[in-house]
Amino acid sequence: METLFFLIITLVAIISAILVITCKNPINSALALIMTFFCLATYYVMLDAPFMAAVQVMVYAGAIMVLIVFTIMLLNVRVDASRVHSHKLVFSSIIGFFTLFNIGYVVVKSRAALPSGTYTGDMIKRIGHTELIGKEMFTSFLLPFEITSILLLVAIVGAVILAKKKI
Amino acid sequence: MENLNSYLIVSAILFSIGTIGVLTRKNAIVIFMCIELMLNAVNLTFVALSRHLGNLDGQVFVFFIMTVAAAEAAVGLALIIAFFNNKESINVDDVNLMKW
Repeated sequence: METLFFLIITLVAIISAILVITCKNPINSALALIMTFFCLATYYVMLDAPFMAAVQVMVYAGAIMVLIVFTIMLLNVRVDASRVHSHKLVFSSIIGFFTLFNIGYVVVKSRAALPSGTYTGDMIKRIGHTELIGKEMFTSFLLPFEITSILLLVAIVGAVILAKKKI
Repeated sequence: MENLNSYLIVSAILFSIGTIGVLTRKNAIVIFMCIELMLNAVNLTFVALSRHLGNLDGQVFVFFIMTVAAAEAAVGLALIIAFFNNKESINVDDVNLMKW
């Protein structure tokens, strides 16, 4: 049952990802991308990471996509009428195929030693995913967390300065 | 839970689709969306490996990647708007001011 569900979600995710790069109208691409983000949130739920799924829906499908759709509608760009040259498409497909082969081969076949931890599915269900993530983030990753706040501040100031016509 | 390899293969496929999109499309906003797609494929790898290894560090990394993506979205879209104000276009072929 879960395998069937996984296959359906995979099908939807890949078809909507292909629609992102084939749609002529950027708005359609944005809607297909939101569909892909929801499929990824479903994967996170299946991987026992409900907090990540919630953040995925809120931050990506909510905030970032609203920003992108807002920009598309603000600029009112026409439908992309420029034809893609076939040699460019062939070249890109070759590069994409090799990327797929490379990543697939490396991540599936590699025998790299990765640090394993002590968290189990039972523990996540008993204590709660959000609490475990919070403990991890505010103990081992406290300094990166603080640096992230500075990054966000810089991004806000930079975006305002860049979009303004006269400072 | 499905086995790890299926998640990694889905992630690889999504990343490759994003790469093809970046290389073929000319609309700057669509290229931007393809980059978001690639970032999300990496996030899926992080979460799947984190669950597989029983180590929550990967999910904290996903949190940081999302922050960087949000900052990138804000600055990137501001750049696109600034470029549109100058050239009335968001075609990446028109970005040739510094071309030799």
